Amino acid sequence: MQKAYSNTTATLALAKASFRSILRSPSAVIFTLAFPLIFILVFGFLSNGGIRVKVGIVPGSHLANPVMKGLKEIDVIRLITDKSAAELEQSLKKGHIDALVGVHKNAVPGPAYRADVKYTSASADKGNIFRSLLTNLMYKLNMQNAKPSLAELREQTIKGRVYRTIDFILPGQLGFSLLSTGVFGTAFVFFSLRQNLVIKRFFATPVRRSSIVLGEGIARIGFALLGALFIILVGHFFFHFTLVHGAVTVINMLILSFLGVLVFMGFGFVVSGLARSESTIPPISNIITLPQFLLAGTFFSIEAFPEWLQPLSRILPLTYLNDAMRLVAFEGAGLWDVKIQILILLAWGVAIYALAVKTFKWE
Amino acid sequence: MGEKQAMIRVTDLVKKYDDFTAVKGISFDVYEGEIFGLLGPNGAGKTTTLEIIETLRTKTSGAVHVNGFAVDEDAHAIKQIIGVQLQAAGYYPNLNLVELLELFSGLYGVRVKPMDMLAKVNLQEKAKAKYKALSGGQKQRFSIATTLINSPKIIFLDEPTTGLDPQARRNLWQLIGEIRDSGTTVVLTTHYMDEAEQLCDRVAFVERGEIIALDTPDQLIDNLLQAGFERKKEVKRANLEDVFIHLTGQEWREG
Repeated sequence: MQKAYSNTTATLALAKASFRSILRSPSAVIFTLAFPLIFILVFGFLSNGGIRVKVGIVPGSHLANPVMKGLKEIDVIRLITDKSAAELEQSLKKGHIDALVGVHKNAVPGPAYRADVKYTSASADKGNIFRSLLTNLMYKLNMQNAKPSLAELREQTIKGRVYRTIDFILPGQLGFSLLSTGVFGTAFVFFSLRQNLVIKRFFATPVRRSSIVLGEGIARIGFALLGALFIILVGHFFFHFTLVHGAVTVINMLILSFLGVLVFMGFGFVVSGLARSESTIPPISNIITLPQFLLAGTFFSIEAFPEWLQPLSRILPLTYLNDAMRLVAFEGAGLWDVKIQILILLAWGVAIYALAVKTFKWE
Repeated sequence: MGEKQAMIRVTDLVKKYDDFTAVKGISFDVYEGEIFGLLGPNGAGKTTTLEIIETLRTKTSGAVHVNGFAVDEDAHAIKQIIGVQLQAAGYYPNLNLVELLELFSGLYGVRVKPMDMLAKVNLQEKAKAKYKALSGGQKQRFSIATTLINSPKIIFLDEPTTGLDPQARRNLWQLIGEIRDSGTTVVLTTHYMDEAEQLCDRVAFVERGEIIALDTPDQLIDNLLQAGFERKKEVKRANLEDVFIHLTGQEWREG
C-alpha cells in the first residue's frame, strides 16, 4: 500500500509553483516593486533639499571679508559668482535668484566694509529669509567685540528626529504595493486558474481545496512581504527612511504588511468571483484600489482633504494600514499602540472574507 | 482468458442538470488492462460520464465503482489511483514542463523524476519549455505524462487526438498502446472511428445519454455486415490517410 497522502506536501508544492509563477509575472513585479520604488525615488529626490536661497554676487565685489565668509558658511544660501552684472539683474527680475549682494571696502571713514543688497518682488518670501539671515550675520559681526547693552542671546538647538518626506511617502507606497498585490494578483490568478481549467485538473488529484487556497496564499503573502522588506530597506539605506527601533520596527512593519495583504487578498477573491471575463478584472479591481490609492493618505495627509471628504477616507482599510505603518516607523509605536488601526483592519478582513465565501467560484 | 476483472463498474448512472438529463441510466463495465472507448456525437453525455467517474462531478443517481471504491464515498481514494487528462485543460502559468511535473508530483504526494516522466512521452528536449509554447501533439503528450505521475491503475483521456495531424495521432496511438501494455487501464473518448477501431479493445456508443451499443470494434462491424450492410464503394486495400503517411513519412514529427 502507498504511504499516507500528505496535504502539507501538496500545499507546499503549490506554494512553490505559485511563487515561481509570480516572480516570472511582469505585472506582479511591476505593481509590487517597480511602481512603489519609482514613487519613492521621485518624492525622495524631489523634497530632500529643503529651502534654498540663491544669492547673486555682484562682479567686482570684495570677496575676502568676514561678510562673504559668513554668507558662505550658511547652508541655506547658495552663492552665484559666475554671472555678469546684466545677467544677474535679469535673473533677479525673474525671481531665478532671490537677492543680489555686493560687498565693497569702505572708502569713507566708518565701518570697514559696505554691503549693498537688492531684493526682488518676484521672490519676496525667500528674500525675507535672506534678509533675516543677513541681519543676523551682520549683528554677529558687528557685535563681535562689544558687550550687549540690554540682553544677551543664548541659543541652543536640541537634536530631534528629522521628519523627511520619505517618512510619509514610504509607508503609503508600501500600503499601495500590498493593496495591488493582494487585489490584482489574487483576482487574476484565481480567475485564470478557473478559466483555464487548471483548478479542475487539480481537483482530479487528491489535493484539498483548502490546500489550493493556502498554497496560493503562502506564495502571495511571501512575495508581498519580500517586496515590503525590499522597499523598507531601499528606503532606509538610500533615502534615510526613519526606523526608530531598527530591526524591531522592520518586524512590526512586516507584521502589519502581513495583516494588510491578508485583508486585501480577500478583495481579490471577491473580484475573481465577480468577474465574468478577464477584461472585467482591471475595472473592478480599480474600483477597489483607486479610491484607496487617492483617499487613504498614500500621497497626502488625510487632513489636507476637504472636511466632507474626510469621513470617506476614514472608512477605507488602507487608511488604517498607512496610519499604523507611520506610527510604527516614525513614532516608534509598538503593535499594541496601533491596536485600534489593527482592529479596524481585521474588521474589514472579517467582512470581506464573509463576502468572498459567498462570491468565490471554483469552476 | 477466464473471468475478466471489472476495473470500473457503472450501474444505472443518471445525471440531471436543472431541466436537462445528460445521462439517462447507463450501465457498463471497464475491464482491467483494456482500452475502452466512449464514442458518440458532441453532447451525447460522454464527458459528463467520464467526469462523474473521475469524481469531478456528482451523479444524480445510480452507482459508480472504481477499483471497488464508490465515487460518492471514496473519492479521495479514487483520485489516488487514476490519472486524468481533461479536454482543453491548461496548466499553471509561467512554469516550464519540469516545474509543472514537480507541482503534480507534490499534488499526488509521490516522488518522481520529471525527466523520467518526460522520457516516457518523448519530450526530454522540451524540459525547459513552457506548456503554451508546445505544439498540439506535444501538449497532448505532456498532458498524458501528468496522468502517469502517480502510476495510476486507470487513465482517462478525453479526446486526446482532436486537432492533431496524422503523424501526431499515430504516435499518440502508439503511446496509448504502450501504456495499456504496461498494465494500465485506459478509458478514452474520441470522434474518430478509425482511431477507435485501431486502438480500442471495446467501445460503447453513447447517444442522447444512453448506450446504444457496446462490444469489440470487430464484433460491432461483423454485426452490421450480418445485417446485410454493404459499402457503396468497393473498399480498396489502402485509404487516403495511408497515402498521406506514406508520402510525408511516419517519423515523430512535432505536429
